[in-house]
Amino acid sequence: MARLVNDLSIRLAGEAGQGVESGGAGFASALSHGGLWLHTYPEYMSRIRGGLNFFQIRAAEHPLWSHHEGIQVLLAFSPEAITEYGPHVVRGGALLFDEGLKVDTAAAVRRGAQLFSMPLSKVAQEMGGNKIMANTCGLGALAGIVEYPFEFIADVIKKNFKRKGDVVVDGNLKVAQEGYRIATERYAKSFDWKISPLQDRPDRMLINGNQALAVGSIAAGCRFISGYPMTPASSVLEFMASHATKYDIVVKQTEDEIAAICFAIGAGNVGARAMTATSGGGFSLMVEALGLAGMAEVPVVIIEAQRPGPSTGMPTKTEQGDLLFALFASQGEFPRIVLAPGTQEECFHTVVRAFNLAEKWQCPVIVMTEFYLTNTMRTLLPSEFPIEKVVIDRGELLTPDKLERLTEPYLRYKDTPSGVSPRAFAGHAKALQQACSDEHDEYGHFEDEDAANRLRMAGKRMRKFHNIVDDLHAPAIYGPEGADVTLMGWGATYGAMREAVDLLNARGRRANMLHFVDIWPFPEPKAAPLIEAARHLVAVEGNQTGQFAQLVRAMTGRKADRLVLRWDGRPVSPEYILAQLEEAKVHA
Amino acid sequence: MLDQKLYNNPIKVTWCPGCGDYGILNAVKSALAQLEIRPHEVMFFSGIGCGSKLPDYLNANAFTTIHGRALPIAMGAKLGNHALHVIAITGDGDGYGIGGNHFMNILRRNPDIVHIAENNMVYGLTKGQYAPTSPRGFQTSTTPEGSIEVAFNPLSTAINGGATFVARGFSGDPKHLAKLIMAAIHHKGYALVDVLQPCVIYNKINTYDYYRERVYKLEDTEYDPADRTAAWQRAHEWDGRIPIGILYQVQGEPTYEDQVTELKAGPVAARTLAPLTSAQADSLRREFF
Repeated sequence: MARLVNDLSIRLAGEAGQGVESGGAGFASALSHGGLWLHTYPEYMSRIRGGLNFFQIRAAEHPLWSHHEGIQVLLAFSPEAITEYGPHVVRGGALLFDEGLKVDTAAAVRRGAQLFSMPLSKVAQEMGGNKIMANTCGLGALAGIVEYPFEFIADVIKKNFKRKGDVVVDGNLKVAQEGYRIATERYAKSFDWKISPLQDRPDRMLINGNQALAVGSIAAGCRFISGYPMTPASSVLEFMASHATKYDIVVKQTEDEIAAICFAIGAGNVGARAMTATSGGGFSLMVEALGLAGMAEVPVVIIEAQRPGPSTGMPTKTEQGDLLFALFASQGEFPRIVLAPGTQEECFHTVVRAFNLAEKWQCPVIVMTEFYLTNTMRTLLPSEFPIEKVVIDRGELLTPDKLERLTEPYLRYKDTPSGVSPRAFAGHAKALQQACSDEHDEYGHFEDEDAANRLRMAGKRMRKFHNIVDDLHAPAIYGPEGADVTLMGWGATYGAMREAVDLLNARGRRANMLHFVDIWPFPEPKAAPLIEAARHLVAVEGNQTGQFAQLVRAMTGRKADRLVLRWDGRPVSPEYILAQLEEAKVHA
Repeated sequence: MLDQKLYNNPIKVTWCPGCGDYGILNAVKSALAQLEIRPHEVMFFSGIGCGSKLPDYLNANAFTTIHGRALPIAMGAKLGNHALHVIAITGDGDGYGIGGNHFMNILRRNPDIVHIAENNMVYGLTKGQYAPTSPRGFQTSTTPEGSIEVAFNPLSTAINGGATFVARGFSGDPKHLAKLIMAAIHHKGYALVDVLQPCVIYNKINTYDYYRERVYKLEDTEYDPADRTAAWQRAHEWDGRIPIGILYQVQGEPTYEDQVTELKAGPVAARTLAPLTSAQADSLRREFF
C-alpha cells in the first residue's frame, strides 16, 4: 500500500483521568502548529473517573468540516478502549497500546488492524520516574509511527508543563523522545499513514462551539450571564467566568435554571445585554419565564445545548431532539427567534446576531447547539472571528437626551407600526418602566379583562413576529444548482452534510444541500422557493422523528422524500448519510 | 420629605374592602416619601397573587413577574443596575412556597434588596387554599380536615439562612410598618420585612383583632436586634404574644454588589456598548492559537 500523507483520523481512548482529553488536545496543538487542518471530537462518559472516553483527531492539508467514522490509529490506555474501539480501526491501521495491558485484540486483528505494542509504562517509569507519564510516551509513539517531526511534540510538552517546573518538563521530554524512538524503529515502516508539516503555517485558532459562542457573546457586548451547570452547556458559563473581569461581564451561577433565566431577564430588562446557557432539562425549567420574556418584551439570549432526552437522557451524547420544543415551549403565543449555527465560526456570528435581534425586537432569542458542536474543535483562520468588526445594534432606544426632548408621556408598550416600542432604561424621571406578565396596556399596567386591549397588544406583539422574518437569513446552499438530490438540515449537522455532498459529487451523483441556521420565525419567503426547487429532498437530522422536516412540511407543504435520521446519541457523519442513502436505494 | 401623592397613579385598586394590602401600600408610599426616593429611583418587583398587584398601584418603576420569581428577577435587575433601589414584593405562597428556593438563596447573598412579604397565611387570589405559613389544623378547600404540616417560619429561616436584616410588621399599623420599611431601605444588604396581613375573606383565624390582641413592639422592650440567639427565640414567639419590629440586624456586612468586581465601575446597564479594540480582539483570538 502506498504512503498516505496527511489524511487520517487518530483516536486516543482510555479511562477518565488518564489524560485522554489533555493528551489529545496537546497532540492536536502539535499538528496545528505544523500547519495541519484539524477536526477534533471527544466522547466521554457521564462520570468523573474511570469509564471510557475518547478524543479523536482528524488531520488533513485542507479545512475539515466533519469527523469520519473509521480511524487509522487507536492509542488505547485501557483494555476496554481496545475492546470497544478496536473494531473502528480500518484495515492496515494501528492499535497502539501498552505492552502490559491484558487486552482482547481478536476483533481488531480480524478486521486487519496491526498491533503496535509499546512499553509505555515501563519507559515512563524508567526514563521519567513516574508511570503517569505513560500517556506522554504514547504521544511520542504516535508521532513516531506517523513520522511527524518530534520538535512539534517537544514544543507542546514544554509549553503545557512549563508551570510544573523544569523537572517535569525534562521528564516528559525524555519519555516522549524514547516513545518516539522505539515506535519509529519498530513500526514506522509497516504503517502507511504519515503526517508531514506543511510549508504554509499561518496562525490558526483551534476552537470548539461553546468557546466560539462565548467569544461571540463577549464581542457582542454581553454584560450579564447567569446559568446553572448542565452538560454540555456549562463551559459557556465557565469561559465567561474566567473572562469576566477582563471583558466587564457580571457572571452568576444561580440556584437552578429557573433563577438563571430570571436573573438574565431582570438584567436584560434594566438594559444589560443578558444571556443564559443550558441544556434541554434546564430549558424545560426555564419555560415559564421564557413566556414572561415574550409577554414583557424583555431581550434575553438563551443558549440551548441539546443532548439526547427525554428527561436526563444521555448526558454526554448528542442529539437534535429539542427543536419543536424550543419553537413552541410556553403557554400562549408570542414572538421568539430560534437560531441554530452549524459550525464554530457560525456560533460566533450567530450569537452576535442573537444579541442584536433580541434587543431590536425585544424578545427572547434561543440559540440551539448540541453536544457534538459544543465540544468539537476545528482549526480556523483568525479572520473567521472578526471580533473588532461586529455590529452592535441595540434597536430603538430612548437615550437620556432623547428622553429630555420627549413631549408626550413615555409608553413602554407603545403600539407602533413595526410592533416595536422604543425602549428606555429604568432610572430616568421621564420614563418610568411598568412591565407586567399579565396582559397590559401601552403604559404597562394590568389590563387582563378588556377584549379590545387584548387584541391591540397581542396584535402588536405578533406584528413583531411577522416583521422579524425580514431580518432572518435564507438557508445556506452548498453544491451544484439543479442537483438530483438535495440534503436539507439545520444546526450542527452542517459539516457532515457538506462532506457528504462532496463525496456524492465525487462519485458522480449530483447532490447539493440546504442548511438552515435561521429557523424561527420560519424564513418562508427566502426558503420556500429553494425547498420547492429540490428534486429529491432528503432531510438529515439528529433525531428520531424528523422534526425539521415536519416544520418544513407545515410551513411550505413540501414533504421530504426521504429522512436520514440518527438518534443513537452519536453525531451524524458523512459516512452515515451515505450509508443511509445507499440502504434506501436498496429498499426502494 | 416628598409628597406621598407623588406615588399615586390612576389605576383602580382591585383588593377586597378591608384587605391588609391597603396598609402595606400606604406604608410603602409613606416610607418612600419620607426617604425622598423619587419614583424613577426605585424599582419594584413582584410575583403573582393579590399582593403582587401592589407595584401596579404605584407611580414608580415596576415589573410584575411570574408566580414565585420576583426575587431572582429583582436580583438580576440589581446586578444590572445597582444604582436603583430595588424592592421585591411577594406573598407567602409566592415568596416562601413556590419561590422557596430563591428565598433560601437570597439570604446567603445579601444583595441590597428590600423584600416585603405579605403574609396572610392563605392563598387569596386562587380563592382560599392553605399556604406554607398556614397554621397546623388550618381548614381550607384543599385541606378539609385541616393542614397536617408545620407552618413555615420565615423569620427563623431568614435568621438561620444568613439574612442581615429581619423584621416583622403588621399591616394594621401602617405607621410602624412604614418605619420598618424605611429601616429596611436604609439597611445595606438584604432586608426581609414579613408583614402580618389579614385576609378578610379566607383567613378567619388571623384577623385584625387576633393580631391587635397579641402584637407588641420589640423597640418598646429591652431588646437588642444584634443578638442572634434572642432573635431566634423571638422568631418562634407566637401563641400568646407576637413581636413586631426589627428582630435581627447585623451591620457592616458587605453586600453582594460590593463584592462583584465588575460593578465597581458603576452599573453595567449604563455602559456604552462598542466592539472590542483590535488589541483586545487579538488577545482573545490568541487564546486559541
